[in-house]
Amino acid sequence: MKTICLYFEIHQIIHLKRYRFFNIGTDHYYYDDYENERSINEVAERSYIPALNTLIDMAKSNGKYFKVALSISGVALEQLEIHAPGVIELLHELNDTGCCEFLAEPYSHGLSSLANEECFREEVLRMRDKIKQIFGQTPKVFRNSSLIYSDEIGAQVAAMGFKGMITEGAKHILGWKSPHYVYHCNQNPNLKLLLRDFKLSDDICLRFSNSEWEAYPLFADTYMDWIAGLPEEEQVINIFMELCALGMSQPLSSNILDFLKALPAVAKERGINFSTPSEICSKLKSVGQIDVPDPLSWVDEERDISCWLGNVMQREAFNKLYGIAERVHLCSDRRIKQDWDYLQASNNFRFMTTKQSNVGLSRGIYDSPYDAFTNYMNILGDFISRVNALYPVDMDNEELNSLLTTIRNQGDELVALNKEVDKLQAKLAKYDNKPVREEAVKKTPAKKRGTKKSADKKPISEKK
Amino acid sequence: MKVLMFGWEFPPHILGGLGTASYGLTKGMSQQEDMDITFCIPKPWGDEDQSFLKIIGMNSVPVVWRDVQWDYVNNRVGNYMNPQLYYDLREHIYADFNYMNTNDLGCIDFSGRYPDNLHEEINNYSIVAGVVARQQEFDMIHSHDWLTYPAGIHAKQVSGKPLVIHVHATDFDRSRGNVNPTVYAIEKNGMDHADHIMCVSELTRQTVIHKYFQDPRKVSTVHNAVSPLPQEIQEIVPHKIPNEKVVTFLGRITMQKGPEYFVEAAAMVLQRTRNIRFVMAGSGDMMNAMISLAAQRGIADRFHFPGFMKGKQVYECLKASDVYIMPSVSEPFGISPLEAMQCGVPTIISKQSGCAEILDKCIKTDYWDIHAMADAIYSICTNPSLYEYLKVEGKKEVDNIVWEKVGLKVRRIYDQVISRYRK
Repeated sequence: MKTICLYFEIHQIIHLKRYRFFNIGTDHYYYDDYENERSINEVAERSYIPALNTLIDMAKSNGKYFKVALSISGVALEQLEIHAPGVIELLHELNDTGCCEFLAEPYSHGLSSLANEECFREEVLRMRDKIKQIFGQTPKVFRNSSLIYSDEIGAQVAAMGFKGMITEGAKHILGWKSPHYVYHCNQNPNLKLLLRDFKLSDDICLRFSNSEWEAYPLFADTYMDWIAGLPEEEQVINIFMELCALGMSQPLSSNILDFLKALPAVAKERGINFSTPSEICSKLKSVGQIDVPDPLSWVDEERDISCWLGNVMQREAFNKLYGIAERVHLCSDRRIKQDWDYLQASNNFRFMTTKQSNVGLSRGIYDSPYDAFTNYMNILGDFISRVNALYPVDMDNEELNSLLTTIRNQGDELVALNKEVDKLQAKLAKYDNKPVREEAVKKTPAKKRGTKKSADKKPISEKK
Repeated sequence: MKVLMFGWEFPPHILGGLGTASYGLTKGMSQQEDMDITFCIPKPWGDEDQSFLKIIGMNSVPVVWRDVQWDYVNNRVGNYMNPQLYYDLREHIYADFNYMNTNDLGCIDFSGRYPDNLHEEINNYSIVAGVVARQQEFDMIHSHDWLTYPAGIHAKQVSGKPLVIHVHATDFDRSRGNVNPTVYAIEKNGMDHADHIMCVSELTRQTVIHKYFQDPRKVSTVHNAVSPLPQEIQEIVPHKIPNEKVVTFLGRITMQKGPEYFVEAAAMVLQRTRNIRFVMAGSGDMMNAMISLAAQRGIADRFHFPGFMKGKQVYECLKASDVYIMPSVSEPFGISPLEAMQCGVPTIISKQSGCAEILDKCIKTDYWDIHAMADAIYSICTNPSLYEYLKVEGKKEVDNIVWEKVGLKVRRIYDQVISRYRK
């Protein structure tokens, strides 16, 4: 029996404001609040709210038959919480139907998986906890920003305890193979891979409303006939897209939501069901491993990472940003941590692309890649100097780390020692009150002297 | 196809971009085998490159019959013109110009520059053009810029051949809107009489359509190109000071070029860094004002005025630069950013320049947006990757903009005009 795995991504970038180089060092706020509020509300109204309402309807009217998976980036979640809490409520409602699975993804929707393992791990686990905290389910399947995947990333994800990961069914990786099977990572067979069928996915998210497309207008039964017509052995059809494809890239006036609504019924007629990624990972066996030496993604015709790291400017920005990853990881300044999340978003690098693309690219406030680069580097310049101001620059990261650990440990030690002092002082008080034997009296002052010494250290180490 | 061209400047003795463009265009067109170009200029110097076209000096065309010996003529004009041509032209004097100030050969003298009595020179040029048009055989007349429009019209009326005019600039560009009515009248008259109008950019084309009320169908855009750098210039080794960046402005220091925006942007950049120097090369009516503005902003120690440069000096200056900037308020085309990019210098241009239409690998800002301009300068000077990208990709891009392609485009327009002419 064939099964459809439907997955939607929710991500919106935090827009950076126009930041000139003379602001470096004086202005530490980098965001365009007006644009953030406007754009998130626009997307919510035009796309997220109607689309989620449709998914809730579908879940309610089809019982447990219909299933869907969603993932939200941390930055998008923050924005929705502030500007469009209605969307969060709808997500809760969808979650309550029990038909929806949440996947984990990097908090920032950034490229940390390509740069820094520690930083990647930290933000994935943070996102997993946040999903658990908000929706009460622990994600078992992972999706990376823009479905970036390589063998190395697969190994890291498996090490974090995920059962599965979704990525692009890129032609240059699959070759003669079909994306309609479950595969596994060549570094770790426990990590199953679900591959996106880009043809069937793009039919909806890229071409649906295009009246020049030969399949226009596309109806749900035609679409389901295509799926039913696939060879019998090909069982998993992965349809992955951004949620804002419904309403933004494909206008609601194209009746895309009605198309979506009709899918469960026509699927049922043809004996096709719906599954969530984790169900597929636990039910189906992998048919083989996939080798991905170089990272792939779901972007552009090339399906690689060239739209973020294709030119020298993008690479410089990327290297500069992740050059301070360890420092940011070490520090505990909340504002720096927050800026770090926002600056990592891959969209910032996409704005700097010089590739010709046939899919229209909106550069936001920037009118050229150079403009985007200049603005980002100005902000990054300020950010880096803030991070460097935290700890001496000439100190080695390892050295710094060990010092910080020492300080932290000393704190713990002090707490423990203080406790001991209290305990002993209490004991002493007891002894003082009662008439005691001579031996015991002799013993306690000796110990007391020892503890006092370390207690004297306290103000010094706190100063550090 | 034989083309009679009227121009005002031709290298190596040039005063502005017009001469460079005339040279490049004719050279590009001469790649077509059947193209035969005769180029008229007011005053040849004898060292012009005549390998691909024929040059007629208007100061050697007789308008008054004088009985002179072959040897004498050869002695006077032989270094740039076949004396036989003098005698052939003499056969076609069409009126009595004895009242005019002519020399011993019966010719009118030209300065070949832009003197105060420019209008008189334009008129004389047109008178002489009548003789040339009667003597020469050609299929097409091509006039470069308003100075030669009257000559073009005259030639058209004498010969009955179609006239194409080439708009390198309009008075709206030169004057920021305060047009000189005499110049406007000459320009408008030329456009009205032309069978086709070629503009160096879409920007100019729109001016021609809207300010000179021309039919959009007869106005087309023919973007300029650049000639490849000669070997000796490619071999110039730039003289660079380590740890110091140089930002260069090169051009006439006049209202049209927006020099004050450059000074203001420089002042902003220097508020933050001190290891950047700014150079404003060239001369012009606003030079003194700019010197005092730089002093007012307190940046005179970092802002330099080396004066007018020509020939090799220009390239030496470009090659020593890290950023080239052209903040023109209104630039019909602007060939100099292309030359800078040929030298591998990252370039910032104003969106109000015609060349912005065909360039991608450079930074474009509004001429008034000094913040954006300062930001771009700072960014190129501090981010090696941006510098490297613009340097390498900019050169690649500009190496593909060649006159030969422009020549083919002009040829298509000629063919079209001839096929439609008087039918």
